[in-house]
Amino acid sequence: MNELASFIGTAFASGTVLAVAGLGLLINERAGVINLGAEGLMLVSAVTGFAVAAGTGSSWLAFAAGAAAAALVAACFGWLVIWLNANQYATGLAVTLFGTGFSAFVGVSYVGRKLDLPLNHSVPVLGDIPFLGVALFRQHPLVYLALALALLLSWFFWRTRTGLIVRAIGESPDSAHALGYRVRLIRLAAVVAGGALCGVAGTFLSVAYTPLWVERMTAGRGWIALALTVFATWRPGRLLLGAYLFGGVNVLQLTLQAQGVQIPAPFMSMSPYLATIAVLCIISSNPAWIRLNMPASLGRPFFPSQ
Amino acid sequence: MIRLEARPAPSRLMVLLSPVIALAVTVAVAAILFASLGKDPARGLYVFLLKPFSEVRLLSELGLKATPLILCSLGLALCYRSNVWNIGAEGQFLLGAIAGGGLAMWVTMNGVAVNRWGFFPFVVVAGALGGAAWAAVVAFLKDRFHANEILVSLMLVYVANLLLTWLMFGPWKDPKGWNFPQTVSFAADTTIPRVFRGLRVNWGLAVALAAAGLMWAFLFRTFRGLQLQVGGPAPAAARYAGFSARGALWTTLLASGGLAGLAGAFEAVGPMGQLTPHVSTGYGFTAIIVAFVGRLHPLGCILASVLLSTFLIGGEQAQSTIQMPSALTGVFQGVLLLAMLACDAFILFRVRRGAVALRAGRAS
Repeated sequence: MNELASFIGTAFASGTVLAVAGLGLLINERAGVINLGAEGLMLVSAVTGFAVAAGTGSSWLAFAAGAAAAALVAACFGWLVIWLNANQYATGLAVTLFGTGFSAFVGVSYVGRKLDLPLNHSVPVLGDIPFLGVALFRQHPLVYLALALALLLSWFFWRTRTGLIVRAIGESPDSAHALGYRVRLIRLAAVVAGGALCGVAGTFLSVAYTPLWVERMTAGRGWIALALTVFATWRPGRLLLGAYLFGGVNVLQLTLQAQGVQIPAPFMSMSPYLATIAVLCIISSNPAWIRLNMPASLGRPFFPSQ
Repeated sequence: MIRLEARPAPSRLMVLLSPVIALAVTVAVAAILFASLGKDPARGLYVFLLKPFSEVRLLSELGLKATPLILCSLGLALCYRSNVWNIGAEGQFLLGAIAGGGLAMWVTMNGVAVNRWGFFPFVVVAGALGGAAWAAVVAFLKDRFHANEILVSLMLVYVANLLLTWLMFGPWKDPKGWNFPQTVSFAADTTIPRVFRGLRVNWGLAVALAAAGLMWAFLFRTFRGLQLQVGGPAPAAARYAGFSARGALWTTLLASGGLAGLAGAFEAVGPMGQLTPHVSTGYGFTAIIVAFVGRLHPLGCILASVLLSTFLIGGEQAQSTIQMPSALTGVFQGVLLLAMLACDAFILFRVRRGAVALRAGRAS
């Protein structure tokens, strides 16, 4: 029973990395920008957050620094794709390659360092409930914040005027422009906000979840988060569900590896990636369904007519 | 006020100038970085950009590193020209290495007598088939299930890496290798013939250059090559003309997978001489930068491969001579591509000043 409880607990923590990054990417994509740089943003923030946590011992400062670093890189990405009309795929890839290189370079001196941060969190009273306490209420605060964020985004996109404008810009920037909305600025805001969330996710990974800095430690989580936005058909609630599902798959394979199951470890480690491919195939097999849900101008540059 | 205005026609000059400006920006960033880290910028830049050309041995290493970059980037350039976003050349490279290396290992373990030149074609075929098979998965899943090729090809990189890890730690591990995760050293007769005595550069480089020539002829001198490229910028026109998007998907992915696989096999059976988990140092990803910096043109790919190989050698040299981490190479690669994508804006747009006056003029 206790094992099951801690499995659920770890799955939630693992899923939170994907959930926060995925929600950030969802904001981007709702505004019509696809950021293949997610992996790079997460790496930049992971190393920045880790460095700040190691230097100051404050986890809040680490999160702020990680989010700021990723937001800064995302702003550069935004400027390139929104104002200079650079190809979004190529620029995103460039951000990932830059982030991988930059984090490896900055992180050299942090490999193997330990952090001096409290790792045990517990909600008062609730954390002491048998089973449920371990499974649900002894998490890093970000795990609960991710839930709140998903709710907040659902409300924002479907219950507020501003949310509607962002979605309109993702569907038809020309119409939004004709109505007088500042398409480029709003897109940039979405890109920066999404980048900051990728940064929070990356920092969570290196400062709270692991907590270690290892080169390329995101191990494709940025890409899986991108796949999750498709899986979720660009809806925050479904994205959360997908993220926890993937968190579960990841923790399950790690648990089975630790228990010495007869399947060789590398094959077990493949499961999150194979699961991503399988999920993509299932979701995408009906192109009409995807077209119906996908922001119509996703990935397309917008050049305002004078 | 400064603003961008669409040019009536794309600037041919900027197409060629943009990578050069990007290189200048990268050099400037590098100089600032060296200075801020307390290193002499001139010395740092010398080590990174010029030292690789200063010795015959380093030139040979340059050719060795350029070989996989040319091969992978040619395939990627073909893909990107037809709007197929294969970013998993790294995985296709690894499968080629597994296929080519596996063949050499089998020959070595079974003591089959081979002749260097006789064995070389088998390496080529095995590597190309291995890489093409891995890319075929991407093509099949896109064709059958419409699964996004960007994500699938990238996920398959991780799968390929783990597959290689499994082989190295498991069935293919050298029984007499002190438990190191690596295969036996391949028999000398299975390795690729070298071009010059005493230098590591091998005939794989000639194959890569020949592949570039063939790719050029295919792209610009055959109807099929034209068909593939129309689908990139103008999918509607391609459909109208009856050019098959499915055909383009399969052709480009199989070709690029095959080329990346070839690169992997050459690396395993060439300079490595055995399979290890580190057979690739990210060639498949660096090749993405090469393809873009090389303007998706075969000749450009060769030039850009030389440039990026210089960075790779420079990084190694920087580590040993000026005590800078070789990870610096990755930073420069990223800056180069980002700078070039920024410069590319000026292919389609030009800078205009005084937007306010222009607007007023138009209104009147």
